[in-house]
Amino acid sequence: MSPRAACRLETLGCSGVYDYVPGKVDWLAHNLPVEGKDADLVTAGRLAQHDVVMCRLDERVGDVRELILASGYGFGLVTTADGVVLGRLRRSALDGDPKLRAEEVMEPGPSTVRPDTLAGDLAKRLADRELQFAVVTNPEGRLIGVVRRADLERAVSA
Amino acid sequence: MATGVWLEKLQELIADGAQLVEVLPEAEYADAHLPCAVNIPLKRLDANTARALERGRPIVVYCWDSL
Repeated sequence: MSPRAACRLETLGCSGVYDYVPGKVDWLAHNLPVEGKDADLVTAGRLAQHDVVMCRLDERVGDVRELILASGYGFGLVTTADGVVLGRLRRSALDGDPKLRAEEVMEPGPSTVRPDTLAGDLAKRLADRELQFAVVTNPEGRLIGVVRRADLERAVSA
Repeated sequence: MATGVWLEKLQELIADGAQLVEVLPEAEYADAHLPCAVNIPLKRLDANTARALERGRPIVVYCWDSL
């Protein structure tokens, strides 16, 4: 739709016309603010916390083990330097050789959700799968945060 | 033909004072739109409605997605 609108504007004599190709869904998926009736909807992005332990592929398990165990999540995330989520370090992976690299023990490609996912929908999905957390990323796979099911359910019932 | 842009360039254009135009129907615009965007639904886009746009400032149109 927007390419036709851009073309029509040019036929009407407008110059400097651009088409935001991925559209509004992309804006929402980057957890950026909107205006309108739905602006205050509670979403995963709004409730995401930013205190999950992150490490790089080449970090030693022993260097992050205590941090992860002390965090409220029981897992850590392996990311690139610019925050793309590559894997998850589960608690069970931390008990082996502390010299192993995160890359060697991580669970690759953990499931993620977009920040514009509605809190109620996500709470139900997590409950159905008996999960307590969801990893929130933008469309490029960069970490936005981790959202707790309890926080989602609290927000929905408020 | 208009230039296609993605988020990074869009944000540069916004910072430079671009006008945002959502071309979806009014109800969808009312639900949620990008900050400061105006609504000119594609079906109502003509010389009259386009007159609301300032010439000389970049114009960025968008809809829901790339489809």
